[in-house]
Amino acid sequence: MSETKTTEAAADEPNIRIVEDATCTFCGCVCDDMELTVDLDANRITKAKNACVLGRAWFLQHGIEDHPQAMIEGREVPLEEAMDEAARILHEAKFPITYGLSDSPCEAQRVAVAINDLVRGNIDTTTSVCHGPSGIAFQGVGESTATLGEVKNRADLVIYWGGNPAESHPRHFTRYTVTPKGRYIPNGKKDRYVVLIDIRKTPSSPVADQSIRVKPGRDFELLWALRALVRGRDISPDIEEITGVSRETLDELVERMKNCNFGVLFFGMGLTMTRGRHFNSGALLALATDLNKHTHFVAKPVRGHGNVTGADNVVSWQTGYPFGVNFHRGYPRFNPGEYTTVDLLARGDADAAMMIATDPASNFPKRAIENLKKIPVISLDAKPTYTSRAARVAFMVATYGINTGGTVYRMDDVPITLRPAFDSPFPTDEEVLTGIYTRLKALRVNGRKKAA
Amino acid sequence: MAENSAELRIKGGKVYDPANGIDGEVRDILVRDGRVVDKVSEKARTINAHGMVVMPGGVDIHCHIAGPKVNLSRKLQPEDHRLDVHPGTDVTRSGVGGVTPSTFATGYRYATLGYTTAFDAAVPPLAARHVIEEFHDTPVIDKGFYVLLGNNMFLYDLLKQGRKQDFKEAIAWWVTAARAAGVKLVNAGSDEFWKGRRNENVTDVNEDIDPFDLSPLQATAAFIEAVDELNLPHPAHIHCNNLGHSGNVQTTLDTMKAAEGHRAHIAHVQFHSYAGELGKRVQTGSEAIIDYINTHENITTDVGMVMFGKATAMTADAPLTWMLRFKDTKWVNADTECESGCGVMPFTYQDTNYTHTMQWAIGLELFLLSKDPWRVMFSTDHPNGASFQTYPRLIRLLMDRGFRAEMMKHVNQKAISTCLLPQLDREYSLSEIAIITRAAPARALGLVNKGHLGVGADADITVYTDDENREHMFNAPRYVIKAGKPIIEDHEFVDDHIGRFLHTEPEHDPAIEDQIRPFFEDYYSIRFNNYRVDASYLHDHEVIPLRNSGGKRKKGSK
Repeated sequence: MSETKTTEAAADEPNIRIVEDATCTFCGCVCDDMELTVDLDANRITKAKNACVLGRAWFLQHGIEDHPQAMIEGREVPLEEAMDEAARILHEAKFPITYGLSDSPCEAQRVAVAINDLVRGNIDTTTSVCHGPSGIAFQGVGESTATLGEVKNRADLVIYWGGNPAESHPRHFTRYTVTPKGRYIPNGKKDRYVVLIDIRKTPSSPVADQSIRVKPGRDFELLWALRALVRGRDISPDIEEITGVSRETLDELVERMKNCNFGVLFFGMGLTMTRGRHFNSGALLALATDLNKHTHFVAKPVRGHGNVTGADNVVSWQTGYPFGVNFHRGYPRFNPGEYTTVDLLARGDADAAMMIATDPASNFPKRAIENLKKIPVISLDAKPTYTSRAARVAFMVATYGINTGGTVYRMDDVPITLRPAFDSPFPTDEEVLTGIYTRLKALRVNGRKKAA
Repeated sequence: MAENSAELRIKGGKVYDPANGIDGEVRDILVRDGRVVDKVSEKARTINAHGMVVMPGGVDIHCHIAGPKVNLSRKLQPEDHRLDVHPGTDVTRSGVGGVTPSTFATGYRYATLGYTTAFDAAVPPLAARHVIEEFHDTPVIDKGFYVLLGNNMFLYDLLKQGRKQDFKEAIAWWVTAARAAGVKLVNAGSDEFWKGRRNENVTDVNEDIDPFDLSPLQATAAFIEAVDELNLPHPAHIHCNNLGHSGNVQTTLDTMKAAEGHRAHIAHVQFHSYAGELGKRVQTGSEAIIDYINTHENITTDVGMVMFGKATAMTADAPLTWMLRFKDTKWVNADTECESGCGVMPFTYQDTNYTHTMQWAIGLELFLLSKDPWRVMFSTDHPNGASFQTYPRLIRLLMDRGFRAEMMKHVNQKAISTCLLPQLDREYSLSEIAIITRAAPARALGLVNKGHLGVGADADITVYTDDENREHMFNAPRYVIKAGKPIIEDHEFVDDHIGRFLHTEPEHDPAIEDQIRPFFEDYYSIRFNNYRVDASYLHDHEVIPLRNSGGKRKKGSK
């Protein structure tokens, strides 16, 4: 277990525990400087020092619900029985799929991939509906990137494209990229120039020294024009009409980018999930790379879920591909659009599904949800969801980062060990998945014996 | 865990165990509880090795097999995986191959070459956890890594301030905190040029690294001395400045001279043995380099050979990868705060190309001119010079001058006509191969129970069919035994094995943490308390003893 540093409070309040340097897994910032005050009698966190508004809600609203550990068809069953049933479903299915994973620690993600290798299933993560296009773009052009501490220490030009971190990642500006003082940025924000490129004004806008408004759906054109200008090529005289940004603004931005000491481009789903998708991500990554002919320049997708970056890493090291991986032939194959979950479900390919820490029944396209309803679903989640309520087998698992340890990867691939605040009566997702894996192995051995 | 209590008698094989002076003698190797022993019971299972070659399992002293840079390379090259799938079996996991295989395929493919131990040569401490997590999914082989400290900002601050003792303590702390097996320097001083001066690079080992008021050579010398004085099992593992540049022979010689009086390991020296003028055609500088190494016992090296075909540039030397980039090839740069740079780029060595042919030839020349196989070891700097999957072919090139001559006909003739290679007719013996691929790396790493088959050694054993075509022979061992457990029998996987994590723990004054902590809170983006890799990551592990501890091994404890 992690060497959690805790302080027991004074004797008259014996059941208060302080957890220092705990990690918030609510978003991809994965801030590891939380100081949690835990009321061990009430199983509640009463104070989360250093947390942002989202982090506070994540910690303070977390309680241990009165809920069965495991249910089959809505009926409470012993954990073992539910694991038996889950294994049977996956064993008997011809095309089992697993999806989610971005709110589980790496230890659980590793077992989830192992299960799919064993049953020749299909594994996919929420990356396929957020920064999947950036993963595809990466395969095409690569990426110049950096850890967030490098941005803090060196970046004098910070550009955000298609994102609103003030609301989605509230501490991105304050802990890593804009306000903090760094080794070569002694005055913090005063030493940096911040540009926000988006289709509208957002609560992030006040942070920026300059906001550039691009016409909706015209990000690619704007990026391509910037690439051309950085390379000294001419661009269409109609650029303002096409993108909504004047030639003058573009020229000024290009000069700024070429002449900074250390520039960074952060980008969000406003770029990856709008018209152009992986072309947009690819254009942005290529722009950052091109700029390295003039100065040091990096780019970084701003990732959403607490451990979506861990999921990318685990699936990549075990299979060679970041998401949308199919084991049907006994080895991993990758084909986004074919092996990505929305597409698999919409086509009705899958005949069983395991959903881990995700709620597709509430947010997938209608046709995918309809098909999901027709097949047996196994759900692992820390809270009841639409998916878990409709699932054949539903496990209620402990919440990572609050009740369980493990490893998560911050959006810049930095791995961090979790320090749980208090115990949970629920099993961890790693325990449940390991139980299913062990049963599947036994089923396979028995199956072979029978066949012989 | 994972050690087998079963007994084995590997009977009648020709044993090559140079560390114990055994050169092809026919004898039995006995195994119990994962170790080589001098006696087994009647019940011991017999493996008939008559006519076969028995060697200790291979030890790779320098490769890149785990962690962020390797995973970036995997993500970057789906085209490479698709053409080389790795199906699972009843006992093994599936994966993909290519130049940077998935973790499982990496472990299994090392095993299918007869290798049972490998060390990743470049890990930023901030990524140590990631590497160890991947190691858990890299089966069969034992593994460890060298931690990148050669561009560490805090350590450079200490050097600038002349705090030599603190510098040494801090190195010891970092090795222990990251759970490393050694210390790695990569292009010392270059990070500040790359990240802070618009992608420049160190060109002269004596130039000033602003703002630290010292030169790359001074920094390198300080690390060499400190690591030696700390008695780490493996000396400072050095990727010299100016890698890949024509005329870098002088830099390499300067670096080795700076190590006088101390042990030092020069990594992938082939890439640092280039004569000629900067910016002009590469010429062979192998003689000057190997002459120095032959006459200086404090130096060990691995050659970092090149083999034609697909490779991947993967290095903490970010400016190097940028220099190699041409025609807008896909390229990855990844800066790690306060610690390191990193570059990754697909790369193909072509036999028609002058420079690539020269690199291929220089690697062979260094080996053929080496006088001490115990100090000049085998590597391709996988996947930089070539994939580890090319080892059998490279071994054949060293052992078979006819094969070498044949291959020389098909490479760039302009290059080959200017090198020494055509005049060298030495052939490596099996015993010498056993030294450069097993015994010597184990000794250089301080692994007293690896690289040999004496009583007490780890029962990591490879049995090859004795085939005149050494490429065929080393490509497919008949048996591979890991920790006393048969993993490959008759060329098929019969079992799986997790493998052990190897690291070292130099002592340090705990007060050094009070010096490091404030730097952390100022310039890192994670908390000091969350930096050290805790014991939960170690699983089955072993602490490599320090050099002054009498070589007694310490079984890992949590």
